[in-house]
Amino acid sequence: MNTTPVALGILIVGMGAVTYAIRLSLILLLGRLRVPPLVQRGLRFVPPAVLSALIFPELLLPGGTLMLSLGNVRLLAGVLAGLVAWQSKNVRAGSGK
Amino acid sequence: MEERRREFLAGVKAELPILLGVSPFGLIYGVLALSAGLPAALAFAMSSVVFAGSAQFVGAQLIGTSAPGIVILVTTFIINLRHVLYSASVAPYLRQLNTRWKCVLAYFLTDEVYAVAITHFTQPGMSPSGSPSVRWYFLGAGLAQWSAWQASTAVGIALGAQIPPGWALDFAIALTFIALVIPTLTDRPTVAAALSAGIVAVLTAGWPYKLGLVLAAVVGILIGLLVEGKPKEGVRRP
Repeated sequence: MNTTPVALGILIVGMGAVTYAIRLSLILLLGRLRVPPLVQRGLRFVPPAVLSALIFPELLLPGGTLMLSLGNVRLLAGVLAGLVAWQSKNVRAGSGK
Repeated sequence: MEERRREFLAGVKAELPILLGVSPFGLIYGVLALSAGLPAALAFAMSSVVFAGSAQFVGAQLIGTSAPGIVILVTTFIINLRHVLYSASVAPYLRQLNTRWKCVLAYFLTDEVYAVAITHFTQPGMSPSGSPSVRWYFLGAGLAQWSAWQASTAVGIALGAQIPPGWALDFAIALTFIALVIPTLTDRPTVAAALSAGIVAVLTAGWPYKLGLVLAAVVGILIGLLVEGKPKEGVRRP
């Protein structure tokens, strides 16, 4: 990281402004603005797409080079974490009823 | 006056169970934001200025890897775009309020507050155009969520300051993301979106300015839409 605290502060205010504008948008503009159906359908793919785009390079490119072997500790840890998360999701789903 | 208080407290109460799930995330955010290199004051400020869990996690991670500001802003936009739907969904119930109230309540429109508010608004017996008292309920839920998020972030930052720098906590962010992504993989289109975005991100990891991340997210969303195919309502048309 090589940014000054002031630049970081401005960036955080920018992130806040983007977030707030989205939240306020249709509360204010109701009836004057419609969400296109394609955007509406696409929204549910945002979390899996963005999160995977962050996860995959962390697991597969330790130190910047592709490593698809058992020697890649990060990949092993990631797969293990994925299995645990998957398992606990199924447990919850099973006991949910 | 009495009704305002009752509505406000009802909102707080409805939000409480959710806070049990929210607080650990605030704590983890605090710890990880520090380990990503954010100064404590800014890590804390982000919780009130941005006030959006997943965008804060991703923002902290991107700041830690020196991604350029514009990429961080575009990513924030993509991640929080879902709030447009919340905004549209609560709008009819807030229609009677003045602009100042609308501006205040919009700030609190997080996933969790939305879930609680819309459940209340759509209860049987509630007016479809909302009643003026719903603002107190919304405010109660919002302030409860806000307080829990600030407090848990502060605790996380205090904890994070105690952790020795030798621990590879930057990798813990990736593990947190894994725990978040697995529950979203509910069908073939979401799995296809995740895999394609991940692969594109690996292939474009060398690109400057983290532009690969934005491309990967867009490709993932498009692949998800493609695999899902046309919605069933569209079939009616001859």
